Amino acid sequence: MTAAVLYDIPGPRARARNMLLGVVGTVVVLGIIGFVVYRFAVTGQFDARLWSWITYVNIQYLLLGALGNTLKAFAAAAVLSLLFGAVFAAGRMSDHRWVSRLSTTIVEFFRAVPLLVLIFILFFGVSRGLGVNISAYWAVVLGLMLYNGSVLAEVFRAGVRALPRGQSEAAYALGMRKTQVMTNVLLPQALRAMLPTILSQLVVVLKDTALGFIILYQELLYQARFLGSQGQLGAPILQVAMVVAVIYIAMCLILSGLSKLLEKRLRRSPRGGAAAADEAEREEEYAATL
Amino acid sequence: MGPVNVLLDNIDLYARGFLGTIELFVVSAIGSLILGAILAAMRVSPVPILRAFGTVYVNILRNTPLTLVIFFFAFAYPRLEIYDLSYFTRACIGLILYTAAFVCEVIRSGVNTVPVGQAEASRALGFTFNQTLSQVVLPQAVRNVVPPLANIQIALLKNTTIAAGFSVTEAGGIYQALSERGANVFVGLLWVAVGFLILVVPLTLLQRNLDRRWSTAR
Repeated sequence: MTAAVLYDIPGPRARARNMLLGVVGTVVVLGIIGFVVYRFAVTGQFDARLWSWITYVNIQYLLLGALGNTLKAFAAAAVLSLLFGAVFAAGRMSDHRWVSRLSTTIVEFFRAVPLLVLIFILFFGVSRGLGVNISAYWAVVLGLMLYNGSVLAEVFRAGVRALPRGQSEAAYALGMRKTQVMTNVLLPQALRAMLPTILSQLVVVLKDTALGFIILYQELLYQARFLGSQGQLGAPILQVAMVVAVIYIAMCLILSGLSKLLEKRLRRSPRGGAAAADEAEREEEYAATL
Repeated sequence: MGPVNVLLDNIDLYARGFLGTIELFVVSAIGSLILGAILAAMRVSPVPILRAFGTVYVNILRNTPLTLVIFFFAFAYPRLEIYDLSYFTRACIGLILYTAAFVCEVIRSGVNTVPVGQAEASRALGFTFNQTLSQVVLPQAVRNVVPPLANIQIALLKNTTIAAGFSVTEAGGIYQALSERGANVFVGLLWVAVGFLILVVPLTLLQRNLDRRWSTAR
């Protein structure tokens, strides 16, 4: 509640002014929502005919299958990007110059190129240029892996680097080897602090599976477009889009909620590695976007 | 037909495409900064209902895929027959609405990282809410806000390609034109990637420089 620090407990005049602001703000927001709803009504978007598709069992199965495809791509991409991130974070922290240089270049490259361009290269480019056919599913999964894996590599590295130096120095002093220091001392502490950030990056992965729509991977948005263009259903694209939006938002909110919950628990615990959490959070500001 | 030929033979396409990208980016960047600032002001304001509106907006938009937002503006918006907007405008609106949620969060968390004592001291001196915010908190918050804000704008630059997926003259859309002309699509797309590297890498270096200089200052 840092917001309350910005202003005093309002007196009578401030209360009146806040009340006025609140009323005006509410009227504006409700006005915008009301206008959209009004346009819905005027253009007949609330007609029962345009919503009747929900009652067809076949369409319910179609959407369920599409949801399955979305989740399938999400699961594969999540696992692969965690692996990719771990490998390249280790590569960047390597003591061998050429390994860390190479890893840095790869990570920076995939972070700078737009994900959709990566997916296009994989889907259209590789098949025509190199003669290797990649299915839409794998193009989405590999694209997500390359992009999110690179972001996660940065998150992992930031988390490990944020730990107090004394941790690794003490471990070396005890005679541990490089790998032992990393796996037994640094990673367990860093991972704990980074877990919320990793989860919120997984939200990004989930959101970005929607890009599969553009290369016609049969996920939720693809089916939304398909159903929305069915003339015999009255082309209910707005209605399907709204239902699909609710599904996406619900899934992402659950994941984000989990990440927030974890963050709160980590904050409360005394040995949460506060520095690592802060560093991870700074990285998150990058990660939280696409 | 070397790789360079693909670029040189279609240089008109690339020029037009990247010009479109930059146009889309500039309009959306300015729009998202304005809307994001308004939303952030709502989220730290003393009016509970405005705070609630801001929170709901940010939570919904941050958890919606950008593809879905643009999907809505590309296919569903025309059904409402509100006002006939060009696809470019609709793409801008989608990008602005989406990016503003992230801008809002960055500004808000930047305001929150300013030590509590600063605001308390300025209040003790009799500053009003507006004075506290504009003369004490915001000037200090800037250094916490600008580096992540730059990151968000870089992400926006890359996100403009999603608008191209719904076909708009823009760098990501070069693929379609290339395959119509029968050029090597693989090499052509690699040139698109190179183009984005040229746009993104200097911005990233600038952002890191800012970040390093300003985060050590405190």
